Amino acid sequence: MMTFLNFLISGISLGSIYAIIALGYTMVYGIAKMLNFAHGDVIMVGAYICFYAISRFELPPVVGVVLAIAVCTVLGIVIERLAYKPLRSAPSLAVLITAIGVSYFLQNAALLLWSPNPKVFPSVVGDGKVELFDGKLTVSHVTIVTITACVIIMIVLTLFTETTKIGKAMRACSEDKGAAQLMGINVNATISITFAIGSGLAAIAGALLCSAYPTLIPTTGSMPGIKAFTAAVFGGIGSIPGALLGGLLLGVIEIFAKAYISTQLSDAVVFAVLIIVLLVKPAGLLGKQIREKV
Amino acid sequence: MKKKLLSLLLAAAMLFAMTACSSTSNSSTPSNAGTSTGSSAADNTAADGPVVFKIGGTGPLTGGAAIYGNAAKNGAQIAVDEINAMGGIQFDLRYEDDVNDAEKAINAYNTLKDWGIQISLGSVTSKPCEATSAETYVDRIFALTPSASSTAVLEGKDNQYQICFVDPNQGSASAQYISDKKLATKIAVIWKNDDVYSKGVYESFMAKAKELNLDVVSDTTFADGNDTDFSVQLTDAQSKGADLIFLPMYYQPASLILAQANAMGYSPKYFGIDGMDGILTMEGFDASLAEGVMLLTPFNADSTESKTAAFVKKYQELFGEIPNQFAADAYDCIYAYKQALENAGATSDMSNEELCDLMIKEFSSMSFDGLTGESMTWDESGAVTKSPKGMVIKDGAYVGLD
Repeated sequence: MMTFLNFLISGISLGSIYAIIALGYTMVYGIAKMLNFAHGDVIMVGAYICFYAISRFELPPVVGVVLAIAVCTVLGIVIERLAYKPLRSAPSLAVLITAIGVSYFLQNAALLLWSPNPKVFPSVVGDGKVELFDGKLTVSHVTIVTITACVIIMIVLTLFTETTKIGKAMRACSEDKGAAQLMGINVNATISITFAIGSGLAAIAGALLCSAYPTLIPTTGSMPGIKAFTAAVFGGIGSIPGALLGGLLLGVIEIFAKAYISTQLSDAVVFAVLIIVLLVKPAGLLGKQIREKV
Repeated sequence: MKKKLLSLLLAAAMLFAMTACSSTSNSSTPSNAGTSTGSSAADNTAADGPVVFKIGGTGPLTGGAAIYGNAAKNGAQIAVDEINAMGGIQFDLRYEDDVNDAEKAINAYNTLKDWGIQISLGSVTSKPCEATSAETYVDRIFALTPSASSTAVLEGKDNQYQICFVDPNQGSASAQYISDKKLATKIAVIWKNDDVYSKGVYESFMAKAKELNLDVVSDTTFADGNDTDFSVQLTDAQSKGADLIFLPMYYQPASLILAQANAMGYSPKYFGIDGMDGILTMEGFDASLAEGVMLLTPFNADSTESKTAAFVKKYQELFGEIPNQFAADAYDCIYAYKQALENAGATSDMSNEELCDLMIKEFSSMSFDGLTGESMTWDESGAVTKSPKGMVIKDGAYVGLD
């Protein structure tokens, strides 16, 4: 029983990392209707900024994270301006390929700037842990912070898109860009803001990802990025609570598959579950089925 | 119109940035002592005499495995510079990027062929080397790989040699060592099942362990997509009472395993292979986590032996970091070639076939002393025989186990 609970906790901590990355994916997809495959690499950039701030310049972790958020937000806006904006009216496939290109560009730029040597990331929340049942169960602080951060981000994002003016503009853009523009909404600015927020979230995700699994290389963001994308699809891409649910479930399924089925087949099991879910609910767990009116 | 112009400009800027990236990565090796890497000017300087040999290899200079490719390239460059400064045999070295990908390695090899490669350093990592070794075999170009240790690199090819241990040797040597020294009663193995290197070592370890009646209680894997969380593997090992974990993998996932086991309060002994080398030089790594980790490695950067110490010093001066085993392997490759070419009296106006036959004859008969082992010899298959050094990490440094 205790091992089961321990696996559950490992699953949740892995899942919370996926969830926080998935939030960024789903945010950008929900508004701009594009898959930003460079998201994982923005995470990596955020983690490097944070690493250098803490390890080299010996700034307090909070400052490091804030700095990372600032840099990534700017980076997100720049990427959007240079790479995606010129393609606003191009078919979505072109944008998708561009996003993959940006992803490679960031990875290789990181290789040049920061060398391929792995770095060990200093945890931004310390290595403390909470022990339950006389130490039979342990939950690390990173997990608690990550889940708390996920929930806070989820609530704030939901409130933001539901109640603020910019949020309303975002929802309008996501429904119909052309109509939104006719109604006097600055679509370009709105999408830029979306990217800025998504990239800022990526920086937080980067700091937490590397605090939980402390090695940092230029490809650190890519695999978790893809897993998180899967999580976002699982939960219903575009749905903010869906990203959280999808992330947590994916993490738990992955750990349980490893523990109770086979360490060799864990990814196969994860994706099998994904396929089954999508067969039953094509829009994901919490995704909205949108009927096209003819 | 303005928009079009702007996007053109941006496209041009992007293109420029990309070419700038690739050119800096190519010229990141300081080209001193009259050698230049990867430039067409090399052809002119190379034409001076019949003793300049065009030697080349492919390796991951960018991408996730770039640390290994660059280390090998840098190590080889140091050896080439030293040899060229001595006079006598001269080398013209060129490394092409293969991004640790078999297809790209073939392209990279074709670039080398167009350049006029005479003797090859194969590829740095196993998967690409399996691809390029098939090509060098057909083209009759002799290849000595510094570090591609899988058996498939050698199988069925008479002109492919390795300076590193072939994977099975590492696995069985590790099992033998653990058994001889009675290091453990119950063993757990964690290996990477999408990596030929890890799998090769794992299989031979298991075969040897069975033969020696070692009790392997836990056998778990991970792969590229799920190489961050090891709680399941470690819990499995812990619950089955393993007192030693064998880690046939590179040091980056190993560092995560050490950290996570420590967080769980699980402290078994650890036994690694040559891929573990480098763990202490990771920036920010808490060396106390690796305290007591044992590994079999042919190269020890902390050695006080004069040749090694001089190499480490030079490498640090030029590249600002401590060389790993890949750098030392590549350094040895160049010196082994020097010895073989001198013994054979080879000249660079010989054809690839002639050179290839001479090299096969020399390598299968000579004995070579290098940084990664004394009196290395090669058998017909191309596998090297040298004795691995058992090391243990004490106070953040390697200490000999014996």
